[in-house]
Amino acid sequence: MATLNDYLFVSGMLFTIGLAGVVIRRNIIIVFMCLELMLSAANLSLVAFSRFNTVKGLPDYNGQMLVFFVITVAAAEVAVGLAIIIALYRARQTIHTDELTSLKG
Amino acid sequence: MPSPLFWLFSLIMLIGGCAVIAFRNPVSSALSVVACFAGLAGLFVGLNAYFIGIIQILVYTGAVMVLFLFIIMLLDLKDEQKRAKSLAPLLAGVGLSIAFIIQLIGVLSKSPDKIAPALNAETLGAAAADFTKGGKIATALTDGRLPDVHLIGHTLFTQYNLPFQILGVLLLVATVGVVVLSKKTEEKKTEDRR
Repeated sequence: MATLNDYLFVSGMLFTIGLAGVVIRRNIIIVFMCLELMLSAANLSLVAFSRFNTVKGLPDYNGQMLVFFVITVAAAEVAVGLAIIIALYRARQTIHTDELTSLKG
Repeated sequence: MPSPLFWLFSLIMLIGGCAVIAFRNPVSSALSVVACFAGLAGLFVGLNAYFIGIIQILVYTGAVMVLFLFIIMLLDLKDEQKRAKSLAPLLAGVGLSIAFIIQLIGVLSKSPDKIAPALNAETLGAAAADFTKGGKIATALTDGRLPDVHLIGHTLFTQYNLPFQILGVLLLVATVGVVVLSKKTEEKKTEDRR
């Protein structure tokens, strides 16, 4: 049987991949996908905690509710974020973060 | 969840995650995210969170990634492949990951490990006492099944009713916001020039 630490390790690895992707990649859509990976890594650890801490013989459903809310908010966030990317592309004709330097001092 | 299945789904998830960063073509990256989330949904099902596993597939791999693919194809990015890879962000990313993994191993080696508490007919039957007798939840629990969706619905509409309604307002705001953001602003620009 897989233990709690196995799940937490896998979740941490997924978070690391997301973090590395945000730092390495320069395409803003890929960066956005990697943010989704990091959110999902948090979801995995929440569900693992929910399963491994039973309340009165059932999994702790408060943890799964939080995951439900995270998934819903993430869906809204993706829609708004992609709309911003579209608006950005219209204004600048690029989504490469190296070329978006208006805020650079 | 038996260990071989756990490692299989974890492997699918992590390889999918690595492929997201490795591929140069954004469409391939988006499809790797789909593979990654499918593995993740498998892990959720293995943790007896059937409802979360299903909405992970429906919402993420179904709706969100289709939206991503749609935007990638709409923008039609051809110059991505020609770009030279710079070394500095690669080194920063790898260094950051290694530091994070070392930290993770350090924390996990000290934290107490836990084995999953049993979810069998005995424990589920004992939990049935808290629910209305003859109801769907109590019946399923006494039969030794875990009525996951019913329990989530029960928690959602009793303990989390207000956050749930606020979430509905949030989705409405997001929908209106997206429409406003993606509207063309040609007229406004000409007005500004005058």
